[in-house]
Amino acid sequence: MTSLQIWTYVIVGLSFALYFGIAIWARAGSTGEFYVAGGGVHPVANGMATGADWMSAASFIGMAGLLAFGGYKTSLFLMGWTGGYVLLAMLLAPYLRKFGKFTVPEFIGDRFYSKTARIVGVVCLILASITYVIGQMKGIGVTFGRFLETSYETGLFVGMAIVFFYAVLGGMKGITYTQIAQYVVLILAYTVPAIFISLNLTGNPSPQIGLGSTMTAATGYEGVYLLDHLDQVVSELGFAEYTTQGMNDRLDMFMYTLSLMIGTAGLPHVIIRFFTVPKVSDARYSAGWALVFIAILYTTAPAVGAMARLNLTTTIQTGEVGSPDGNLVYEERPQWFKTWEATGLLQFEDKNGDGKIQYYNDANEEMNAKAEGFGWKGNEMVKIDRDIMVLANPEIANLPNWVIALVAAGGLAAALSTAAGLLLAIASSISHDLLKGVFAPNISEKAELNASRVAMAGAIAVAGYLGLNPPGFAAGTVAIAFGLAASSIFPVLMMGIFSKTMNRAGAIAGMLAGITVTMLYVFQHYGFFFIPELKFMGGMEPNWFLGISPNAFGSVGAIVNFAVAFAVAKVTAPPPEHIQHLVEDIRVPRGAGQATGH
Amino acid sequence: MLSDNAQQYWKANLRLLAICLVIWFVVSYGCGILLVEPLNAIKLGGYKLGFWFAQQGSIYVFILLIFFYAISMGALDRKYGFDEE
Repeated sequence: MTSLQIWTYVIVGLSFALYFGIAIWARAGSTGEFYVAGGGVHPVANGMATGADWMSAASFIGMAGLLAFGGYKTSLFLMGWTGGYVLLAMLLAPYLRKFGKFTVPEFIGDRFYSKTARIVGVVCLILASITYVIGQMKGIGVTFGRFLETSYETGLFVGMAIVFFYAVLGGMKGITYTQIAQYVVLILAYTVPAIFISLNLTGNPSPQIGLGSTMTAATGYEGVYLLDHLDQVVSELGFAEYTTQGMNDRLDMFMYTLSLMIGTAGLPHVIIRFFTVPKVSDARYSAGWALVFIAILYTTAPAVGAMARLNLTTTIQTGEVGSPDGNLVYEERPQWFKTWEATGLLQFEDKNGDGKIQYYNDANEEMNAKAEGFGWKGNEMVKIDRDIMVLANPEIANLPNWVIALVAAGGLAAALSTAAGLLLAIASSISHDLLKGVFAPNISEKAELNASRVAMAGAIAVAGYLGLNPPGFAAGTVAIAFGLAASSIFPVLMMGIFSKTMNRAGAIAGMLAGITVTMLYVFQHYGFFFIPELKFMGGMEPNWFLGISPNAFGSVGAIVNFAVAFAVAKVTAPPPEHIQHLVEDIRVPRGAGQATGH
Repeated sequence: MLSDNAQQYWKANLRLLAICLVIWFVVSYGCGILLVEPLNAIKLGGYKLGFWFAQQGSIYVFILLIFFYAISMGALDRKYGFDEE
C-alpha cells in the first residue's frame, strides 16, 4: 500500500468513526426529534448543518471545474446557488417556521385546505429530491473508486451503510449533528489546498484576494495580475478570454441564475432545516449563518477554478505558443497526469506524432490556421474531465499526501451530508404526509416513528438502486431538480404566505401548470422521459425559446405557475375565513412554540 | 380582520423587503449580468469590477443583506410588540 493510500484510509476512516459516534449519541426518541431534531438547534449550528446539507458532491467536486472551463458565464452558479438564501431568509423560512409543522407538503395541505394539494406537493418533493439524490450516490461511488481503489459498487454500499446507520437511528437529530461534523471536514478539505495554491501563484494566503492579485517572482510573471495572465494564456491558444467568456448570452444567464435562486429557496431538504431552530427570529439569522458557511466555499471556488485552469494550461504549454520547445514532451509528463490518465478522465492522442502535447481550441478557425503553420494537427488533449479539477488540484500543486487524503474525506462528507438531508425529506413526506396525513390519520406517535424509520430505510434502498443503475437522464439530474423545485414548490409557498386570497384551485392549478411546462420543455429538448429518440426539437440552441437553455427554464415555469394560479383564483371561490386567519397568524412571529405534527 | 397594529407591522415588513430585494437584484442581476460590460472598464486590483461582482461581490452583499434584514425585523418585532418571549 502506498503512503497516500494509508493516509486516505486513516483520514476517511477517522471521519467515518466520528459519524458513527455521533449517530449513537444522537438517537431520536420521538417524531419531533426524528423530523425536526426536537426544534432546539442553535441558529449558528443549524447554519453550519445547512451548509453541509446544501453543498453536495456537485458543489464540492463539480463547481470549480465548471468555472475553470466556463469562465465568466459560469458565475451564474455562484450567484444562483447563494442568492437563493436571500429569498429563503426573507420570503419563506421565518413564516414556515412560525407555521411550526414538520414538512413542506403539510404547509401546502393546511394552507390550501386540501389533501389533493398536499399530495401534489409530496409528488413534486419526491420528484425533485430523488433526481437530486442519484447524483450524490454517484459521487460517493466515484470518490471511493478514485481514492481507495475499490469498485464503484463497494463504495456505494459502504456509503449506504453509513447513511443508514445515522439517518435511520437519529433522523433529523442524528443528521444535524453529523452534518456539522461533515461541514468541518469538507470546508477544511476545500480551503487548505486552495490556500497552498494561492500562496504558490500569488504569495497571498487568501484565495479570494489572491485571485485579484499579481503573480510571484517564482512563476516568472512578477507584477502581472493573475487574471490578466490567464486571459492572455487561454486566448493565445484560441480559447475564449476567461473573464468575459459567454458574456453575450445574457438572457440565458439571467434566467438560469433566476432558476437556480428560486430553485434553491424551494428545495424541501433545505427548507426543513429551518424548522429545527427554536424561534422565528432564529430562522432569519440562521439563513444568514448558512450563507456565511456556504460562502466560505463559494468565494474560494472561483480561485480554485481559475488557478487550476492556469496550472493545467501552463503545465502543457510550457513556453511560447508555436515555438518548437514550447510544449510538454509526453514522456516527461508529471505523475498526476499519469494517475488521471489511468482513470480515463484525462486522455492524450498524439495526432501529429511529434511526441509533444498540443492543447488548444481546434474549433476556432483562426487558431486552426495558425496551428497548421506550427505543424499541429488538432487538439491532442482529447479528454479533460471537468470534475478532476478539485480532486487533482493538490497533486498538481505538489501538496503533501495528507492533503490529498483530506480532499477524499471532504468529497465523501459533501455527498453523504446532502444525501442524508434529501433522504430525510423523502422519508418524512412519506411517513408524515402520506401515511399519517392521508391514509392513517389515527396512527400513534410510536407507530409513526417506526414508519418513518422504515420509510427512511426504503428511501436509502431506492437511492442505492438508482445509484447502481443510473437511469439515462442521470447526467442532467441536478438541473432538473432545481427546475422542478423552482416551478412548483417555491411559487406555491410564496403565494401561501404573501397572498391571503390565493385559494385551493389556484394553488393546485399553478403547481401542475408550472411543473408541466418545465418538464415538457426539458423533454422536448432531451427526449420524452429522457429517451433521446423521442426528442422532437433537438437539444440544439437555435430551437431554444428566446435562447433559454432547458436547464434555465425553471424560472419560466415559475412565472407560468404564478400566472395560472392568480388567473384560476380570480374565477373560483376565495379561501374560507379560517385560512385567512391562518395567514395572518404566520405573518407575525409571536407565539411560535415548538414544531408539532398536529 | 387584522388589527391596525398588525397591518402596519406587515406594511413595514413589506417596505423593508422591497428595499432588500432591490439591492439583491442590483448586485447580482444588475452589476453581475446586465451591466457587466461597462463595469468591467473599472478595475479592483486584478479583478474587472463586473466580473468581481459576479464571482465575489454579490455573495458578500447577500450575506450583509440577510443580517441587515434579520436585525431590522427584530427591531420591527419589538416596536410592534410581536417579538417572541
